[in-house]
Amino acid sequence: MGLSRRDFFKLSASGSLVLASSASPVPAAALEPVPRLPEGMGILYDATVCIGCKACMAVCKEYNYLPPDHHDPSNVWDDPEDLSSKTYNIVKLYTNGAGQVKDQEANGYSYIRRLCMHCVDPSCTSACPVDALHKNPHTGAVLYDKDACLGCRYCQIACPYNVPKFEWDKPFPQIRKCQLCSHLIPQGGYAACCEFCPTGASIYGNVQDLLKEAKRRLSLTTGQMADYPLRRIDSSDKTQRKVTLYNNHIYGAREGGGTQVLMLANVPFNKLGLPLLPAESTADRTETLYHALYKGMIFPYVLFGAVFYLIYKNTSNQDLP
Amino acid sequence: MKERESDLVPRHLGMVSRRDFLKFCSVAAAGMGLPLGMGAKIAEAVANLKRPPVIWLSGQECTGCTETLLRSTHPTVEHLILNLISLDYHETLSTPSGHLAEEAKAKSIAENKGKFILVTDGAIPMKDGGVYCQVGGRPVLEILRETAPQAMAVIAIGSCASWGGIPSASPNPTGAVSTSEALGGKFTLINIPGCPPNPYNFLSTVLYVLTFNKLPELDDKGRPKFAYRRLIHEGCERRAHFDAGRFALSFGDDGHRRGWCLYKLGCKGPETFNNCPEQLFGDVGPRSWPAGTGCPCFGCSEKGVGFTKPIPEQASLEHYTPAGLLLEHEGGVRVGGAQMRQTPPTAFAPIEPPEGHGVTTAAVGLAAGLAGVAVGAGAVIAMKLGKEKSETGANTEKD
Repeated sequence: MGLSRRDFFKLSASGSLVLASSASPVPAAALEPVPRLPEGMGILYDATVCIGCKACMAVCKEYNYLPPDHHDPSNVWDDPEDLSSKTYNIVKLYTNGAGQVKDQEANGYSYIRRLCMHCVDPSCTSACPVDALHKNPHTGAVLYDKDACLGCRYCQIACPYNVPKFEWDKPFPQIRKCQLCSHLIPQGGYAACCEFCPTGASIYGNVQDLLKEAKRRLSLTTGQMADYPLRRIDSSDKTQRKVTLYNNHIYGAREGGGTQVLMLANVPFNKLGLPLLPAESTADRTETLYHALYKGMIFPYVLFGAVFYLIYKNTSNQDLP
Repeated sequence: MKERESDLVPRHLGMVSRRDFLKFCSVAAAGMGLPLGMGAKIAEAVANLKRPPVIWLSGQECTGCTETLLRSTHPTVEHLILNLISLDYHETLSTPSGHLAEEAKAKSIAENKGKFILVTDGAIPMKDGGVYCQVGGRPVLEILRETAPQAMAVIAIGSCASWGGIPSASPNPTGAVSTSEALGGKFTLINIPGCPPNPYNFLSTVLYVLTFNKLPELDDKGRPKFAYRRLIHEGCERRAHFDAGRFALSFGDDGHRRGWCLYKLGCKGPETFNNCPEQLFGDVGPRSWPAGTGCPCFGCSEKGVGFTKPIPEQASLEHYTPAGLLLEHEGGVRVGGAQMRQTPPTAFAPIEPPEGHGVTTAAVGLAAGLAGVAVGAGAVIAMKLGKEKSETGANTEKD
């Protein structure tokens, strides 16, 4: 194909128009961060209070009708090694060296619960092409609609916490993840893991209240006796315990745009397998880009116009049927 | 036939058969975790009638420790011990009383200096010169300090004697302390805490001292390791429910009736070292111990737990070491979870699960076979290619 000088200029002019139209709106259209829902519900998990009894794992399976998970087929008991389509919630163990002192980074150990973090601005719902994963507008729980799901598993790739799991062993597979026991709410129930936690390591409640509670715990003096609510943040049932050392960081307060499951621990969170995320959510960043590209449909019109023009110019009569 | 020493026992006692006697000695050996043959050695030591006398001093106590000893029902234990050991002084059990009893004690101590076993039960009040507990007009503190240096071994029975028990609980108006503290920590003594302690822990300790003429292996709190090595939590029959997260939430609820874990009701099993679940009480069969009957352990044998922590308060799990760890067992260091770590459901998932599970031998064989076939086929094809080329080449030359 011979490209004349005239055509070359035409092409470069249209190219710069395309670039100009795509580049200019980007800074202007950076999306506002998604705010926390005022009625958003969540979980506060405190690893320093957790005793690793796995009551939350047992009741999670019971209330979500999940079968036992065997990572070693010779084990007859439920022994998941990670979250899976049969395990929405798992208590993991961090150990270092002799591993004798609880909640200590060197030569210590710490428990950590892993479950869906119910992000304020979830990547999975943003990546989902069909809204099979969506956020409940009131509680903010990230829910799954199996009738809408295509099975594309974009959510698995999008989730920074590696939470959505696909049923590889089923003929009609679904995505499986914690849905904050939303099916129990109509009957007056709430997250079973919190209801059955014996020590108050996991408590359920309004995220704003949970954030206040987390800040209160961080402000407590180590060694003093303090009240820790059991089951729910607004419950009158409290347990007294001696405050142990905290790492001054509320995981989920800002991570990835904030999450509705908040975590406290003494061992740094990246050691506990939680990713260090920027305060801006991934969904916010990608959506900013996409919204810019498709703003007013200018970019698609210009791009396809240019492509159409090129094809038209380079098609001779001989090529036509 | 030469008469064995153990055959002499019934003659001396008049009521124990040789069979019962040997049975008792074997049970005692098993209780201490000694090899089976040790039963015979214990029998020999017990049958030898040159018994060290026992002086039993009581401080601030409730006589519960004496009662528990009297309630032991292994074959005629009370007869064996109370008759074989020359119990020269015991305020509850002595036939004489008043000045006669005091005289008997003074005589026995003078005669058996350095040879008798001193047993103490009850705490010792220290405040105001120890006037809050007096025997024969003298503070028990004074009597103890006078008697202890002359004894072969000192055994503190019960929580009061071992670490202060109820009398030392806040506000402790009499300044009650344990035997060891009253003696200023100068003597190596054996603590048998419990409220009351299991009589067999006491009897086994006495038999051990008699048989080997030395103290049994003690832990950092002076308790014999054969009895106080493990957490109650590790031997508890409700342990599986703890691991599975099934808890009784209130007394008499469904979980409680079904025998679920009592942790949420304030069971102190996870921080109390004792052998209650294995040894049981009263010789009436399974479940005859507090948590077995549905009552949470309140940590009677553990200093700083029993009579100190509120009963509904949940136990700390500082001794609990999580699964999946192999710890070096050092001398005085408690490795509370050593047994727990072997219980499968307590295994925890690691933070980063390993990806994949390695390859099996069959898979390796199959892959190697396929690779071999591929290599062989490749070689054959390559050889053929060469031939064809050379054949074509030859033809061209001909043409």
